[in-house]
Amino acid sequence: MELMDKLNILADAAKYDAACTSSGLDRAGRPGTIGSTTFAGCCHTFSADGRCVSLLKVLMTNVCVYDCQYCVNRRSNDPPRAAFTPRELCELTMGFYRRNYIEGLFLSSAVLVSPDYTTERMIETLRLLREEYRFGGYIHAKAIPGADPLLTRRLGLLADRLSVNIELPSAKSLSLLAPDKKKEAILAPMGQIRDGIAASRQELRVYRHAPRFAPAGQSTQMIVGATGESDRQILSLTQGLYDKYRLKRVFYSAYIPSVSGPDLPAPQGFQPPLLREHRLYQADWLLRYYHFRAEELLDEERPDLDPRMDPKCTWALRHLEFFPVEVNRADYEALLRVPGVGVRSARRILTARRVGPLTFEGLKRLGVVLKRAQYFLTCSGRAPRGLKISQDGLLRHLIALEAPALAQPMPEQLSLFDPPPAGPAG
Amino acid sequence: MAWTSVCCQYDGTFAGFLTCVFDCYANREEPVEFRTPDDLCCSLYPLRTVVSDPERAGRVYRSLPKLGREGRRLAVRGFLTCLPDKELWLWRLLRLGYARGPGFTQDLTDPTVDKVRKAVLQLNSEAHKYTGFVRFSLLDGILAGEIEPKNQVLPLLRPHFSGRYPQERFVLCDRTHREALFHQPGRWAIVPVEEFHLGRPGEEELAFRAMWRQFYDTIAIRERENPRCRMTHMPKRYWAMMTEFREDWDSALPELPRRTAP
Ligand code: SF4
Repeated sequence: MELMDKLNILADAAKYDAACTSSGLDRAGRPGTIGSTTFAGCCHTFSADGRCVSLLKVLMTNVCVYDCQYCVNRRSNDPPRAAFTPRELCELTMGFYRRNYIEGLFLSSAVLVSPDYTTERMIETLRLLREEYRFGGYIHAKAIPGADPLLTRRLGLLADRLSVNIELPSAKSLSLLAPDKKKEAILAPMGQIRDGIAASRQELRVYRHAPRFAPAGQSTQMIVGATGESDRQILSLTQGLYDKYRLKRVFYSAYIPSVSGPDLPAPQGFQPPLLREHRLYQADWLLRYYHFRAEELLDEERPDLDPRMDPKCTWALRHLEFFPVEVNRADYEALLRVPGVGVRSARRILTARRVGPLTFEGLKRLGVVLKRAQYFLTCSGRAPRGLKISQDGLLRHLIALEAPALAQPMPEQLSLFDPPPAGPAG
Repeated sequence: MAWTSVCCQYDGTFAGFLTCVFDCYANREEPVEFRTPDDLCCSLYPLRTVVSDPERAGRVYRSLPKLGREGRRLAVRGFLTCLPDKELWLWRLLRLGYARGPGFTQDLTDPTVDKVRKAVLQLNSEAHKYTGFVRFSLLDGILAGEIEPKNQVLPLLRPHFSGRYPQERFVLCDRTHREALFHQPGRWAIVPVEEFHLGRPGEEELAFRAMWRQFYDTIAIRERENPRCRMTHMPKRYWAMMTEFREDWDSALPELPRRTAP
């Protein structure tokens, strides 16, 4: 089979993976090698669906011994199958990298023969890349649940980021749709990776040349909308993953029917829940950068995110007692809670007010979105002139502000929101 | 006594600008206009023709630390931006900085600090975009690429690409400002160029272009198509130099309509 055909099949099979970031690690290039990484990550292009393309994202192979219902590659399905040799994958990666098409490689795989065998093939590819091709760019590798921990360890010594997909938001859904995968088998490598990262950090402090294990951290992803979990369940799971497994990112991928199965939503007329995915990302942002907790955003009475408004606005409207926040006195945490104030503008407020008290005019210069923020702020005790509005009116107002974005076929991914301090690729 | 208003005519280089700053301070003159050889018309103000002088420029340059780290950064990077009348804004920034000392850059709501800071942010963000959007072609063992940036991003891109490809020979041409970055192991230079043509791609180059285009098309999820979102992140003006949007690049050499520099 031609390399072009393999690329076609194995990129197509990898495209549903949401993660394509190259962030979390600064590594300068060194003479005699090729490649570097930057902490903020870097998007090399954007595909027609508006997603950042940073890495050559492919499967090692799409031949699979498992039978997950939602997956095109499942054993009982019959797509064209292919497998890269480690050498082919190296040539492709280097050819793309030199031309600055990509920031590195995202290597995932279906389970060929066994988790161990699959992982060995992946290790061989990464070893060649790092040792023979002297590649210093970004590598994200998928750890395969069920593989020998020693193999996972070797994978993590070659890759910058590891991820294990949690796949579905609950153990029940997992056993229904992915009977070959057990929750424990997914969580075990996650725990191992967390401990490996912590140990490696510790060693690096003592000995500068200690081997680095997954220095850009670990992430995971789950499919949203194939099963019945509420946003609250999803967000609490996310919160737990951040707390317990120290993940860098949790990715959500709106379910898109690519095959049919008895326990899947009927594909006819199924709309991928893109708006819901968008709101989940916004809420996730609040957990990671805005010091919110999942339980603050959703509770038993309101288990789902409001589709009409971003979750921070929703929270603000339910906590009017918290406002108004005084711009010239409030601390960083309080400023972050104000709709229309992002991480960057909150920091700028702290800097600028050292020079003198801020006015609404000044806030605009700092990048605060006054259309939203004006209802929740005072400047030296004063509210903006002529602003009087009831709680009801406020709700309508804030919804109206988002309406133009929602009227589009799809909301802009994340761009309604303040970018994270880490840069575009979070 | 108020300083006399003048119009400074200089060569458009940073050293030239710094010489203007030196002369204006020395003669107690307030520049209200700056002109470079590219600007044609005349001025209402007395014309000062300033010849770039390393000695005087150096003295101003060495005084920049008085502005603090951030102030110095704004002054140096500010000159690379496409801010209209950037020299005037930078002149104001310098005067403000000399008068108020390093802390002045915290005054984010000051109109001058705000203006220059935003222009520099734009420069940084354009440079960051280009670290991803630059496309090289491998032609006779040399990586060659072209860009058409609004700001002068080459000095910012230089450390990035030199660090990334330490063993490569590469050239990156900025068609807007007619200069190019040349790099070979251990050495680099940014020099003015008049003409720049990419050579003919070989078999392997064509194959990689085709595979990249194939990958690019495959990776998009049809059910999620979102042209507006793509456009926000990657405005059309970048597309002309990107392999994935140039079907003709699979066979022909990239011959683009020439644009005259501003
Ligand atoms: S393990 Fe499951 S999800 Fe992964 S490729 Fe095989 S069938 Fe698909």
